[in-house]
Amino acid sequence: MTLARRIIPCLDVDAGRVVKGVEFEGLRDMGNPAELGARYNREGADELVVLDISASFEGRATFLGTIRRVAEQLNIPLTAGGGIRTMEEGHAVLLAGADKVTVNTAAVKRPELISELSQQFGAQAVVLSLDVKRTNGSWEAYIRGGREATGRDAADWATEAVQRGAGEILLTSIDRDGTRSGFDCDATAKIAKTVPVPVIASGGASTFDDFLEVFTDGRADAALAASIFHQETHSIADLKRFLSERGVPVRRNR
Amino acid sequence: MKIAVIDYGAGNLPSVERALRSLGANTERVTQPEQMTAARAIVLPGVGHFGAFVAGLRERNLIEPLRAAGDSGVPILGICLGLQALFSSSEEAPRECGLGFFREKVTALPTNVKSPHIGWNQLRKVRESRLLHKVPEGAYFYFAHSFAALGSAAATVAACDHGVSFAAVTESENLFGVQFHPEKSGETGALVLRNFLESLS
Repeated sequence: MTLARRIIPCLDVDAGRVVKGVEFEGLRDMGNPAELGARYNREGADELVVLDISASFEGRATFLGTIRRVAEQLNIPLTAGGGIRTMEEGHAVLLAGADKVTVNTAAVKRPELISELSQQFGAQAVVLSLDVKRTNGSWEAYIRGGREATGRDAADWATEAVQRGAGEILLTSIDRDGTRSGFDCDATAKIAKTVPVPVIASGGASTFDDFLEVFTDGRADAALAASIFHQETHSIADLKRFLSERGVPVRRNR
Repeated sequence: MKIAVIDYGAGNLPSVERALRSLGANTERVTQPEQMTAARAIVLPGVGHFGAFVAGLRERNLIEPLRAAGDSGVPILGICLGLQALFSSSEEAPRECGLGFFREKVTALPTNVKSPHIGWNQLRKVRESRLLHKVPEGAYFYFAHSFAALGSAAATVAACDHGVSFAAVTESENLFGVQFHPEKSGETGALVLRNFLESLS
């Protein structure tokens, strides 16, 4: 009996559509969130993450509706976030059907946001989204979609966030994100060893071996990826079979 | 068949309701004691903090009616924190009382493992039960909790291990509990809810 390592597809949503940032091209439309969510639910995803990356106010306004439509398609857990600034916004995300809410920039600016959400909804509902960049052998936390350095050591900030009641860390390597060069296993292992809560690794997934590596060397509890699943270059079932054959515990039954 | 889904103010009810309705049940949200009387069965879903959960039930004057319903044989299914509420108390809020159908206390998961226990885990059958009828060996269920009743609790019909053996499924006459989220546990979770509904007929 073992806790399975989780495979988590991520939907980056802008104004109600799943998008993917492509170098030199801007955002490419990858489909309808509810349809993609239903497909991943069917194909054996262990959880789904939906992140609002809308730049415009109009785009943001549609996000709660997106969460509701995605949630209706799922019988697996749903995590949602992106730009959550207040308790009320976090509550709205949960009321729309998410099981967990992610916080990032606003929590760095005002760490009490984590405490408030955790006291009200429980640690299991609060995920710290932690974007990191390597600087001289350690990792620094970044905010505003990776555009602004905080000057804070990622492990220190993760520790504080967990003490305040974050129940999970969604760790994204800015260095690896979009590069398809594999997860940052050093960063993931560092945070996983530092905090007593599960760590979801994100950024850089390309091959099945990348997943194997992040679950072994990287000590990740879960691994998140977007485009490799959207483009159907990799099926979740094949990935799980690959991991299972190499001794990584994964959920195979549905 | 009307199933009362208890709304204490903070749970994610739509997913529980959706799961029950997809199995043919007729659900009704209950925020007042009078709404409970016509129910064939009661589902008590809960997430978050034990203290806030019990306080939410108390503010709605639902604690005594729930105890009375359970004592008079109305089937009750507690989900996650709802299972914990079937016990006498929890370390998470030592001054609050649970519904007290099961006399043991809910305790914190040990510190030598990651907590919260979040993710998909398997069950170890302790004895035959209605809820786990036809559930395949090795099936996975989705858990998200930091506290649990120990697997040694008398009502335990299936345990799970996370640093300690804890009660994953409890069953005693008309009182049922699942520490995992059946509404978030794919097809196997739906099977457990179906078993609960079938136990009512």
